[in-house]
Amino acid sequence: MKLTVWTYEGPPHVGAMRVATGMKGLHYVLHAPQGDTYADLLFTMIERRDHRPPVTYTTFQARDLGADTAGLFKEACQDAYDRFEPEAIIVGASCTAELIQDDPGGLAETMGLDIPVIPLELPSYQRKENFGADETFFQIVKHLAKPMEKTERVSCNIIGATALGFRHRDDVSEITNLLYELGIEVNICAPMGATPADIAKMGQAHFNVLLYPETGEMAARYCERTFNQPYTKTIPIGAGATWDFIEEIRHLSGSTNEIDSDRLRQTWWSRSVDSTYLTGKRVFIFGDGTHVKAAARVARDEMGFEVVGMGCYNREMARGVRAVAKDYGVEALITDDYLLVEKTIEELQPEMILGTQMERHIGKRLGIPCAVISAPVHVQDFPARYSPQMGFEGANVLFDTWIHPLVMGLEEHLLHMFREDFEFNDAAGPSHHGGHAPKPSEASTLEVVHSAPETSDNVIWLSDAERELKKIPFFVRGKARRNTENYASERGLNQISIDTLYEAKAHFAR
Amino acid sequence: MNDLAPPPVTGGCRSAPVLKQRGQREVFCGLTGIIWLHRKMQDAFFLVVGSRTCAHLLQSAAGVMIFAEPRFGTAILEESDLAGLNDAHAELDREVETLLSRRPDIRQLFLVGSCPSEVIKLDLNRAAERLTQAYAPKVRVLEYSGSGIETTFTQGEDACLAAMVPVLPKTDARNLVVVGALPDVVEDQMLGLLDGLGIKNVQVLPARTIDADVQIGPNTVFALTQPFLGETHAALVRRGARHLAAPFPLGEEGTTAWLAAIAAEFGVSDDLFEQTTEAPRRRARQAVAQAAEALDGKSVFFFPDSQLEIPLARFLTRECGMSAIEVGMPYIHDALHGPDLDLLPAGPQISEGQDVDLQLDRCREAHPDLTVCGLGLANPLEAEGLSTKWAIELVFTPVHFYEQAGDLASLFARPLRRKSILGVAAE
Repeated sequence: MKLTVWTYEGPPHVGAMRVATGMKGLHYVLHAPQGDTYADLLFTMIERRDHRPPVTYTTFQARDLGADTAGLFKEACQDAYDRFEPEAIIVGASCTAELIQDDPGGLAETMGLDIPVIPLELPSYQRKENFGADETFFQIVKHLAKPMEKTERVSCNIIGATALGFRHRDDVSEITNLLYELGIEVNICAPMGATPADIAKMGQAHFNVLLYPETGEMAARYCERTFNQPYTKTIPIGAGATWDFIEEIRHLSGSTNEIDSDRLRQTWWSRSVDSTYLTGKRVFIFGDGTHVKAAARVARDEMGFEVVGMGCYNREMARGVRAVAKDYGVEALITDDYLLVEKTIEELQPEMILGTQMERHIGKRLGIPCAVISAPVHVQDFPARYSPQMGFEGANVLFDTWIHPLVMGLEEHLLHMFREDFEFNDAAGPSHHGGHAPKPSEASTLEVVHSAPETSDNVIWLSDAERELKKIPFFVRGKARRNTENYASERGLNQISIDTLYEAKAHFAR
Repeated sequence: MNDLAPPPVTGGCRSAPVLKQRGQREVFCGLTGIIWLHRKMQDAFFLVVGSRTCAHLLQSAAGVMIFAEPRFGTAILEESDLAGLNDAHAELDREVETLLSRRPDIRQLFLVGSCPSEVIKLDLNRAAERLTQAYAPKVRVLEYSGSGIETTFTQGEDACLAAMVPVLPKTDARNLVVVGALPDVVEDQMLGLLDGLGIKNVQVLPARTIDADVQIGPNTVFALTQPFLGETHAALVRRGARHLAAPFPLGEEGTTAWLAAIAAEFGVSDDLFEQTTEAPRRRARQAVAQAAEALDGKSVFFFPDSQLEIPLARFLTRECGMSAIEVGMPYIHDALHGPDLDLLPAGPQISEGQDVDLQLDRCREAHPDLTVCGLGLANPLEAEGLSTKWAIELVFTPVHFYEQAGDLASLFARPLRRKSILGVAAE
């Protein structure tokens, strides 16, 4: 048993729903109790889909348990077949149905439907949403894809994009266009947008472009073994990774087409003098493994930030994230415990968080700006405008969205100079946010102060030094406090005076 | 001003045939109630003993609305908990200990059963007794089921309140207990009205904190403010209390009838009743009339969701000039819903339970001007050209009693107004 306040991932059957809802012509018959239909609103509300997800739930109740839940399942399956006329059906159980062991796969098989019926085994008490999507897509490919002759022209499949994915819709367009420029045809994109008939002809592509390892890697590996289709390993998030991705595609396809990178503005924006203030900003990165690894590279190499911590919530990606973290000289935080992530952020006191919607709330509480880089998704992660994370436009989007929460260059200086101005002060937050800024409330400022003694053991702040510290703008105050305390404890000082504060400042000056 | 006098009752719907269907039910489970109950009871923590799905539901249903450190959480069952139930109890004790030491402000802990905990027959009652002994007197531990196999949506609140009834202190005094979680501002208005009627010794269940003095006994009478409290009703009756049956206090007419039932019980004079309710009644009628302009003559179709459907249909038809096509309820309880059914003009199909696909067929065929449904159906129906009102908003918005009657009508009017503003032809 594990106490959970907020979760980063849903149960595995929600992953299966993401695959089914992303596809067309596929139906999911889910053995589940009344109430599990809440999952529909993820798609109709958060993603604003204009159709119900193609899912039929058996919605059994207590009175059905003593009776014939297996019969209920078969009825639901037959009704779904008759009403929705799908090309194929996937069948499975949610957590409660798993316990009553009706074996939906076996039951559906006995019904003799004239369409493919794909049983799913998703262990609800061990695995989570990403696994559910990955496994479901793999099973669909395994059941439906047939060996075929390769297309005459070089073609590829784009795989991994699902419903309810973080910017999947726009990433797929961006990468489809990039592949087009390289002269490569997209055979199919799956799960998102594909029908079971499309899946059947997956084998005719020359290689696979895997955009989201979380939800497509098992299928990619299967296709590599079965259809002799290599798959791409670079995730094209950020300018550097996009160029690497292009190189990888050239290598797989033999394409020598020129790429027009005029629209890549991020690299110049980042070099322009206005961006100087971004230098060395301490960032903490948390999200799914794929987005975190990509964000770390962009943060350090393309924005000039200092990565002070990183981690992911999906254990499946732990190894890769640990390796990258080592490269950045930090220890990876692999956990799905929201409270632990919060505690880590409190201790590290970064100047910025690149996280999920959950870290955005942590940032709000602690007064630390946050940009969202990864699922779990929120209605805000489905903007009306085109807003990919991948490719050249994705790099531009990252630049804009990452600096948006920050106090801008000259404004930062003015805050340093006139920090006691009654209107224009650090507690008011970045001026371009109006009232919606992640304002450091009185309470959260105090909290930071309160939590500090825990990390500083026996070091005491003298009151004049404490007052001086408060004159430092909030977005660097945490750093100043930490540095000073470290400086003091390294020298065995047990009191911090104004002099200590400024000596530490000189010591850490860069 | 458009004075919408309630139409005379022609038979009502109490004895109308009820369409009962079974199929896929597009409803939340009772765990959802935690989202408002944990705000209402400020010293309570709700610990769901369930699966990742339960945690995900709470987060998805609540995620858009609140995001402080919540006073609810899920003890997620893992593979090992399923193997040995004794170990599961030990694990639960451990989680509760961690929780209570981290949150010393918690005085009431609810262990909330879920579908998986019910199916594996994890005895939370035993656990609650054991934990009560361990943490008494500081913390009271109770349990109830919010599982989808036993409860729909608002029934979670019913199960929670019903669990509290047996531990309320006994009294022989004559008192009025008003039952149902209301927003604090509405609750205060209600207490003000009862005070104006000269009714003393009024208590509210659930109270805001455990220290509030809610007592039950043979001289207790109780009134329900929410139409989904069937189990709580039964539990109170078992303790000797008597129910004051009345329409629910939604809209001017419902509020007046609800107050009148209490006034009759306590022998309040007509003059005092008139004097106390005259001004708020007038305000309510005025506010409803304004908002109802967009609703007059329009048709409405209710999918089953919150149990508020019958009282709302009564309000919309009698005070806002709408006609009801179908009124779906997850379940109908005659003692609770009868007075509202009596007032609901004959005509609409009353339905209980759901086969969502068949009901959607009926809804498309009827093409109502307004469809009241859950979040899973609203956008798809909008995309088909229907105007919708999400039922969950009715549970999260102050809508009861006089001063909210206009807001209640506005909630239904807004989708129609919006459609006309956006220039989408309302077919």
